[in-house]
Amino acid sequence: MTEVAGARELSKEALLDAYRTMRTIREFEERLHTEFATGEIPGFVHLYAGEEAIAAGVMAHLDENDYVASTHRGHGHSIAKGCDVKGMMFEIYGKDEGICRGKGGSMHIADLDKGMLGANGIVGGGPPLVCGVGLSTKVRGTKQVGVSFTGDGGANQGTFLESLNLASVWDLPVVFIMENNGYAEATAQAFSSKGIDIAKRADGFSMPGVVVDGHDFFAVYEAAGEAIKRAREGGGPSLIECKVNRYYGHFEGDAQTYRGENEVEEIRKEKDCLMLFRQRVTSADLVEEEDLDKIDEEVKALIDEAVEEAKAAPEPDPDKLLTDVYVSY
Amino acid sequence: MARTISFMQAINEALAQEMERDETVVVFGEDNVGGAGSPGEMDAWGGVMGVTKGLYGKFPERTLDTPISESAFIGAAAGAACSGLRPVAELMFVDFFGVCMDQIYNQAAKFRYMFGGKAKTPMVIRTMFGAGIRAASQHSQSLYPIFTHIPGLKVVVPSNPYDAKGLLISSIRDDDPVIFFENKVLYAVEGDVPEEPYTVPLGEAEFVREGDDVTIVAVGRMVQMAEQAAEQLADDGIECEIVDPRTTSPLDEDTIYESVENTGRLVVVDEANPRCGFATDVVALVSQNCFEDLKAAPKMVTAPHTPPPFSPALEDLYVPDAERVAKAVKETVGQGVAS
Repeated sequence: MTEVAGARELSKEALLDAYRTMRTIREFEERLHTEFATGEIPGFVHLYAGEEAIAAGVMAHLDENDYVASTHRGHGHSIAKGCDVKGMMFEIYGKDEGICRGKGGSMHIADLDKGMLGANGIVGGGPPLVCGVGLSTKVRGTKQVGVSFTGDGGANQGTFLESLNLASVWDLPVVFIMENNGYAEATAQAFSSKGIDIAKRADGFSMPGVVVDGHDFFAVYEAAGEAIKRAREGGGPSLIECKVNRYYGHFEGDAQTYRGENEVEEIRKEKDCLMLFRQRVTSADLVEEEDLDKIDEEVKALIDEAVEEAKAAPEPDPDKLLTDVYVSY
Repeated sequence: MARTISFMQAINEALAQEMERDETVVVFGEDNVGGAGSPGEMDAWGGVMGVTKGLYGKFPERTLDTPISESAFIGAAAGAACSGLRPVAELMFVDFFGVCMDQIYNQAAKFRYMFGGKAKTPMVIRTMFGAGIRAASQHSQSLYPIFTHIPGLKVVVPSNPYDAKGLLISSIRDDDPVIFFENKVLYAVEGDVPEEPYTVPLGEAEFVREGDDVTIVAVGRMVQMAEQAAEQLADDGIECEIVDPRTTSPLDEDTIYESVENTGRLVVVDEANPRCGFATDVVALVSQNCFEDLKAAPKMVTAPHTPPPFSPALEDLYVPDAERVAKAVKETVGQGVAS
């Protein structure tokens, strides 16, 4: 049996759950990529495909009582945090049965009951919110933690840097996950942060900062586990930089002409998180190929159903325009 | 039992009583304790003006200093509100909203609507506004109209100590984000305030003075100016009715209309700049909804469309005063259809 680092504490059931999460995200995103091209999906859609190991690896340590603040590329975080997949699909189609009643859309998927504070249309919008979560859990004396996701673009927002400092100053049970996929929109991280490891910034705020391979579920799982445990036990905030790649453009419709020739193809071939996970768990005899194949089929059926139902679902009633706000003039 | 205390003490008392009543109420902002991490007195300042003084002594776990990082701590208020607290964050001067507005209008204000009604964001941002203490252009503006424009925010502009206490308690207990505007010149103003906690509802105007000739609508410190003008005008036989909406959002339109139906004349006094402001809003609403009751064109008395100046000689001209209000009232009485 091959040793898989970080996998020792994971039961077979947990491994299958992690795989199901990653596969669900991948299928959701691949399908949106196809459906978006038909013109039926309104608005902006930013896909998480390629980064699934991060959402799955982090969220494996959280439960519904913990809070997550996400980004514009938020479908993966939402699925991994337990948001209803069909409700999300309905939302992306702007339908009444959507998780936000069709009022949020792809960029604002949220479900407070699941501890999902929302995808966020503002780059760097999330880190201050989880500082509030951290303060809340501290004041109320609970063991909840707050986790914010930020991209390499968000890492250059003042909100991110201010939040690292505030979390440190207030000693908050918070973890900052920085998903460095190499591009802030079309601008390379090599330019926008001089290509440095963003995790180094943690040192300037007196907190631990580590870099992990964001394609490797087990690496993320291990680093996130340590940071979340530290936060839960009162040890304060941490920063984890996950080096990763996105398969699709900044938004759907982005031709990605700024990327290198065959860049994405090579990453898909060599670093795909689902492929790596499958290889590792099967070669170590932790999980059977058939178990994973079965999940693939189940997930595909779920997404097929979600898309079909979302397309057929009713639009919000016109009177919904004026609800969920304290007053309408 | 009522006793005479200042506007500032009324706010401090509201905070202390709500913190006592509800363990999820937390207070934080720059120097709200004032001395954190320093070798000297811990509770040295209690806010730059001393509004939160003494809270740390009573509630050390729930009164916090912050770094000078408005984006982080105003955003933290929004996150805390979504996860079980009722934070009262202090944005020292409203002029500083420029460094944290995203957290207010794109995050806190929108959660409830954007998340399909599932989220509530019970937070209060207390903030100072207004000219009159020679604080110059970046510490003297009256920016409540900007916040009033944004759906999802409630905007409170108290004019006296009694209202300040009751409105702040209502704001803290409200499940929507509230921006609570404190006119810095009013802090020293005294008035009768009951000792026990009480609420003044958000969205209910008050008749400050009754009269049949002209309606004056004013908020915050401008209510004082309206009252002074009304006193002078009474000597000339002009009876003013003063309506203080107390909150610019929600706005108690009905009370304003009721008064205008009675008087047929309207003057709005607003310390903010004139364009797309509170005064223009009230004038527009009255023009649309009470056109047939109006005997004369409504008048606005506002600051000029300039930044607040520093020089005392200029700043005193900037803020609307009783003389300007009285002049506008006389103009509207002398104009239009005879009553």
